[in-house]
Amino acid sequence: MRVTINGKSEEVSGSTVLEILKAKDVSPQMVAVEFNSKMLERDELGSTVVKDGDAIEFLFYMGGGA
Amino acid sequence: MVFVPDSEEQVTRYSRHILLPEVGGKGQQKIGQARVLIVGAGGLGSPAAFYLAAAGIGTIGLIDSDAVDLSNLQRQIIHQTPDIGRPKVASAKAKILALNPNVAVETHAARLTGENALDLIGRYDIVVDGVDTFPAKFLINDACFFARKPLVHGGILRFEGRVFTILPGQSACLRCIFRQPPPPGAVATCQEAGVIGALAGVIGTIQTTEVLKLILGKGRLLTNRLLDYDARETRFREIQVAKNPRCPLCGERPEITRLFEHEPEVCAVRTV
Repeated sequence: MRVTINGKSEEVSGSTVLEILKAKDVSPQMVAVEFNSKMLERDELGSTVVKDGDAIEFLFYMGGGA
Repeated sequence: MVFVPDSEEQVTRYSRHILLPEVGGKGQQKIGQARVLIVGAGGLGSPAAFYLAAAGIGTIGLIDSDAVDLSNLQRQIIHQTPDIGRPKVASAKAKILALNPNVAVETHAARLTGENALDLIGRYDIVVDGVDTFPAKFLINDACFFARKPLVHGGILRFEGRVFTILPGQSACLRCIFRQPPPPGAVATCQEAGVIGALAGVIGTIQTTEVLKLILGKGRLLTNRLLDYDARETRFREIQVAKNPRCPLCGERPEITRLFEHEPEVCAVRTV
């Protein structure tokens, strides 16, 4: 299945957003996820089924400044 | 100080602004009446303070509780070697006034807290986020929401940076995207992971441009979109976001109804 992750088209295995996160070794606590332009709550990651052509944004925290 | 159009010194000083149709004498006057608070006189706060001062901002507020440390000088360009040990707000104020004595500088040698944030932010028109901890970034986000003040958020780490402008209640806020700070210690700070010094200049000057656009009411703000910069690849990327109806702060059923501070990041290395 091909999905767009952070603007890049990628071949992924996994049927839910949570499975894709796990496959990419990203802890759900470390990231905000936008799925087809809608923010997902953490408890929706496991229930959100990914289909061919979906767009996922993994938004990482960016904390520095000083 | 208010821009005085019949002052030759000021007309000359701001001539490259006044030439711009988007600014002109009227816009320069708006800049001269604006009050901008910079939270953190560090990496992002340095270029912001310099360019806001050069632009002729009426009043610049600076809040920072730290003193200048040798390790700051690689990126915090408003501080210089002889300033080591000096309070950052005093060091920054001296440079601002040397650059532009028309600017009024208000210094607050303190940490922004749940107790002082609303009062302090309430005294300014626009807030620039130049802090480097998540609890502080969320505190600023929340305080600007409660005080209804526009916020220009910025972040830098390693080779990456982000800018994001927030019009509280109108556009997406930090909590619309990230409900809460990451678990303490889970995300590195610049002190732990390092940062390319010039990145502070890139991000801090984009933040400053957003401030000027806010004051002038011109252009398209970085609202509802994150601007992420990858310096390693020299690539900017925009991520569209939207106000989240389930945001715990500005959503339809808010859980956060008063200002509070998240637990400090105990794992962060403190140099001062």
